[in-house]
Order: sequence, then C-alpha cells, then structure tokens
Amino acid sequence: MSGYVQLAGGERWHFRDLKCLLAAATPLRSGDVLAGVAACSDTERVAAQMALADLPLKAFLNEAVIPYESDEVSRLILDNHDASAFALVSHMTVGDFRNWLLSDECTEENLKTISTGLMPEMAAAVSKIMRLQDLVLVSQKIRVKTAFRNTMGLKGRMSTRLQPNSPTDSVSAIAASVLDGLMYGNGDAMIGINPATDSLSAIGQLLEMLDSVVGSYSIPTQTCVLTHITSTIELINRGKPVDLVFQSIAGTEAANSSFGVSLSLLEEGREAAMGLKRGTVGNNVMYFETGQGSALSAGAHHGLDQQTCEARAYAVARHYDPFLVNTVVGFIGPEYLYNGKQIIRAGLEDHFCGKLLGVPMGCDICYTNHAEADQDDMDTLLTLLGASGVNFIMGIPGADDIMLNYQSTSFHDALYARKVLGLRPAPEFERWLNDMGIMQIKRGALTVSQSLPAPFSRAVLAATAEAGQ
Amino acid sequence: MNRDHRFLSGGVTSDPWDNLKRLTAARVALGRAGTSLPTSAHLEFQLAHAGARDAVHSTLDADRLADQIRAKGLSCFVGNSAAAGRAEYLQRPDLGRTLDEATIKSLSDWHQEEGAPKFDLSIVIADGLSARAVRDHSLPMLANLITLAEKESWSLSPVVIIRQGRVAIGDEIGSQLAARMVVLMIGERPGLSSPDSLGVYFTFEPKSGLRDDSRNCISNIRPEGLSHALASHKLAGLLRGANERRLSGVQLKDDSELVTVDSDIADIGNFLALADIREHYASES
Repeated sequence: MSGYVQLAGGERWHFRDLKCLLAAATPLRSGDVLAGVAACSDTERVAAQMALADLPLKAFLNEAVIPYESDEVSRLILDNHDASAFALVSHMTVGDFRNWLLSDECTEENLKTISTGLMPEMAAAVSKIMRLQDLVLVSQKIRVKTAFRNTMGLKGRMSTRLQPNSPTDSVSAIAASVLDGLMYGNGDAMIGINPATDSLSAIGQLLEMLDSVVGSYSIPTQTCVLTHITSTIELINRGKPVDLVFQSIAGTEAANSSFGVSLSLLEEGREAAMGLKRGTVGNNVMYFETGQGSALSAGAHHGLDQQTCEARAYAVARHYDPFLVNTVVGFIGPEYLYNGKQIIRAGLEDHFCGKLLGVPMGCDICYTNHAEADQDDMDTLLTLLGASGVNFIMGIPGADDIMLNYQSTSFHDALYARKVLGLRPAPEFERWLNDMGIMQIKRGALTVSQSLPAPFSRAVLAATAEAGQ
Repeated sequence: MNRDHRFLSGGVTSDPWDNLKRLTAARVALGRAGTSLPTSAHLEFQLAHAGARDAVHSTLDADRLADQIRAKGLSCFVGNSAAAGRAEYLQRPDLGRTLDEATIKSLSDWHQEEGAPKFDLSIVIADGLSARAVRDHSLPMLANLITLAEKESWSLSPVVIIRQGRVAIGDEIGSQLAARMVVLMIGERPGLSSPDSLGVYFTFEPKSGLRDDSRNCISNIRPEGLSHALASHKLAGLLRGANERRLSGVQLKDDSELVTVDSDIADIGNFLALADIREHYASES
C-alpha cells in the first residue's frame, strides 16, 4: 500500500501521501481545519508525528509536495538543492534530525553549513515535532547576518522596524511617530511606512520624506515604503530614493501570482535596487513579508498545510539575499490562527524554519481584534522570540497601528525585551543613539535620556510654531 | 527646558515632545515608567481593546431591529448564516457567506407565494464583526436609502437581517429575491479606536459565488469617520451609476467628488527636515 502507516493508541493510521502526512502532523490551527487538511483527532495528529519522525530526510528529495512541473517554487527548491551541504544530515530521519539539532554536537557552524542543503519541507517537518522550547533552543544557535546601512543579526542584538503609519499619509503625523520611535531607541531595522495610497507620486513623496530624515540626522538605518514591487521598480526608474525593495511573497507559484509577482519579477526588483548602491556597509536590498495562511487565502495551497507553505516562502526569500524577512504572524486573522496559543506557536515555527534555511527572520508580533489574543500573548511571543535571537520586531507608537487597524509591538515593548534579555540595537545605530544622547547601554544597563537632543528639540519647537500654538 | 515638569508623578517620566500629539492620532508621547508604559496609558489601551472585543462579540438584537424597520412600513425577514455561533463564524468564513437551510426555505417560500416578483433593490443587514455598528448606524443609512429608492422609483424587496453574516451573503439573498441590485450593510472589523464602523457593499445583478471585484464598498461609516450623509451621498452615486451602466465592482468608479474624512489634525509637512534644522545640525557636528 502506498502512503504512510503508523500504529498508535491501539489503532492503525494511514496517511495517503507526504502532503497528507505533513498536514496531519501539524499542531492544531484553524487555517488547516478551514482547508480540510488537519488531523481529525489529537491521536491521529500524534500518529502522524510519529510516522513523520521515522521518515528519512531523503524522502523529501524524492516526493515533491507540489509537482516540479507545475510550480516554479518547487523548481526553485529542487534545482537549488545543495547535495554536498545536505551530506552531513542526509542519513537522518526527521526524528534523528530533531535530536541532532538539540544536541551539543550541533554547532552554529554546522547549521550554517547545512542550510543550503535543507529543503523548506524538511525544516517544516522537523518543526512539527518540536516543542516551543526546542524551537527557541535551536533558533538561538543560528545567526543570519545581513547589512545595508547597518548590520542585522549579530549575537546579542535585536532591532526594530519603526512603522510610523498614518491613515491619511500625513507627513507630519508620520514625522511625529518617527521622532517618538527614535527617542525610544527604535528604527534600526528600518523606518518603513505602509502607505494608505497606491499613488506613485504620493509614494515618491514619502520616500523623499524618509530619506531626508535619515539624511538630516545621519541616522545609520534604511527606509522603505511598502508598495507593490512593480511600483517600486517604477519609482527607482523615476530616480526616487529607494533603499529596500518590499514585496509580500508566499510558498507557491499560484499564491505569488495572486500577489502579482513571479520569481523573475523579484529578480528584476532586486537588480534595480542593487544598481543604486545606496547601502554603505552592505547591499542586501530586499525586504519580504510573509505569513501562514496567505496561500490558502488565495486558494493556492495545493492541499498543503499552511505552515509548510510558509516555510516554502522562505526558500523563495533566501534566493534573493534579503536584508530582512518579516512573518506578519497574527495579521491574517482567526480563520488561520485562531488564538494566542496558535499565534505564538506559528511565530516561533516561522522564525525557526526561516533561520534554519538561512533567512534573516524577524516577526511582526501581532493580532487583530477578532482573534482570541491580547497583549499578554504578545508579551509571551516577544519574550520567546527575543530568547530565540530574532533579528527584528516591530516598533509602533503604543502598539496601535492606526492605519492597518491591528496591534503589534510598541517602542516600549522593544525596550522591555532589550532590558530583560540584554539585547542591544544594531551596533552602528547604537553608536548613533549614544552620540545623539538618546540612549546609553553601559555595563548592561540601558538608560534613555529625559530630554530631546538639540536638533530634535528645534524640530519640535518648529513643529509647535508651525501648528500655530 | 525645565527638568522638573517631566515628572508627572512618582516614577513616571513624561516625554518632552507632548506637543506632537496634536499632529497625529497615533499613541505618541505616552511617557514611561522606567521604559515601560505608564499605568494610565496601559489602561487606556486595555479599555480600547476591550471596546473592540466587546463589539466583535456583541449580539445583534435582530428582532428589535426588524420591529424598527417594520415601523418604517417595510416588511422584514430575520435569518441566519450557516455559521452556528461566534466561534464558528470567526473560524469558518465560508459558512458565514452562505444562508442556513431554514432561511433559504423561508425566503424562497415567500418569493413563490408572492408569485416570484422581481425587485430593483434588496437591502440586507448583517452583524458582521460589529453588531454595535449595525445597531448604531444601519437605521439612518436605511432611511436615506428608502428616500433614494422613492426618488428613483425603484421597487424594494423586504429587508433581510442576517445573524453571523459575511459580505458575500448579500449576493445569495439578492439572487434568491430576484433583485437587480443588492446593498449589504455590515459591521466592520473593529479597530482600537473604531469599534462601531459600518461598511456598505453593493452588487449589481447579485448571484452566489461572485468575487470581491464584483462589488463596490464604502467603508468606515461612523461619526469620527464617514458621516451617514456623506456615505449615503456616495452610495447614491454608485447605485445610479450602476443602474445606468448595468455593472458594479472595479469597473464602476466612484464619481462623487473626493470625500475625505474630516480631520482636525493639520498636516504641517516634514518638520523633522526643515532646512534650518539641517543646517543647525550640520554646523554642530
């Protein structure tokens, strides 16, 4: 009989193919139930996990979960598989692989070596049989370093994307949030706006605005206005100051197509930004956002569980040497991740799978008001991701994004994690904060200034005068 | 700047850029206790979240709303989607998009008994993600719609109120009642500062299975967003345009003059990069 058979709980369980086995082995989440691919009982789920643990890693090379012929992401994964990098773990089962990852023999160097030999489905598979502490323990062994105007991913560092969104793209509202964030030591991963408009001229103005702020105060950071990659390419052609090229991506060709992108378009965007040579300490120019459930939401999941689809998105991402990849974990809503428990696990899985595959992972630790989640859940995920060595998180005034109507992490939250876990900003940015007199870290103690540095103070006075006080 | 005023009370440091609060509705200059949120800012956030959560889990008093609609001289049906309760509704959007069997039967029985009439317009009201928005804003919007229908001599089907409904359910109802156009009013996903936001969706020649690009949407209808009057004005423009051009969705543009949300927050531009500041900073460094 084809497929996979497992005896568990006095019953004999059958899983039709690798895709079904992966889906049934996935810890419970609403999106897999919605897709009709979840295990029907807790016992079936553990039976699938047992069968998965016995599966040789090599099996993934022989059975594509989405056929090679019909999906360019499958082709990317298999064509770029590095057999020599895989050699170190090629004899292992998924269960052996988990044991090895957790062992002291498995070093940061080993993990770096094998990353190009790992398929995203292997990473997803092993994560399904790992507990949260396993995901944290292995993740924190891995450093994925990238650079543009500063350096991300160094040991003991955690950066933030300052997200100063405004529902009307008001430039002064954006500037107010930027100043607020900088004064709380946020913004080293980037200052990145989700614009309310898709008008090219308005987006061009926002790019110029952010560029002038970074230029005026010589801030060692990078900027991004998140719009479709075709718009960004057009803005580059118009001579606008583009640091990072943003795009939402997913793990199947059909889902990417629903986003209006293909692998060749992503390459085109990357080349356009590389040509600008705007990075000073490195030239990683891509910024990708992902999230479990996006393929299902586009009806493009091919019967695959949402976490395996998500891991495949990281295989797409790593092909373009991104500066940062952001899993926007709780944004998609309760039909994919129902509650705090599901969001927390998904955030840690995503971070682990991304890091294992060599992707500079960050996380938008977030939720919407119709999910069964709250600030306590975000604190839990933030603390666990901080302990995992996440490259960056979000920084939003008061955790409340007034443009996208969801809750993420605040500037204050980042300082909490930095204090409790001894994490520092990117080194270039930390020097700038220190030189500006905004924030100091001495002998592990973080202190924030009580007064504005002179140039900011003048800006606030000017704004006050301008606003007619 | 005077150092003392930064201490509001024991342990709380205020931010010396309080003035920027007038430039944005974002939660800036919250101050800090150590580097954490001060108690007042923390509890204000919790209150806003509680309001949004309560809106999501609020129950629509459909019978009361139906009585209020009948009092306007309209007939009214109350029905349910296929989602059994809030938890199922939140996890199974597919069920919220379809009617339950009892509702399908009562609508089709009524339609047959009446001799299968055709209507110009069906109005559907669904709780969506905020029953509170429906409670607060659906009746005034309905009154404006009735006035419009009278002016245009459009025939109106009975109003249908749906519990646990999603946007696409309007199309199924419009199709059941043989309506040429359907308008669906629905509670939108609450934001922290918008627990009561109503959305209005409109489809020409509704039928089950249409996609989002076949519909037009007017969003953010609430006192602090788009007023009932402005929203009704936009909707009237869309309905007249659709009626003339016999289509809805992406091909139908909103021709009403650009209506933006009234805002008492001025945009004074990028005060962080005013030339004199740049020069000042350049000379210092």
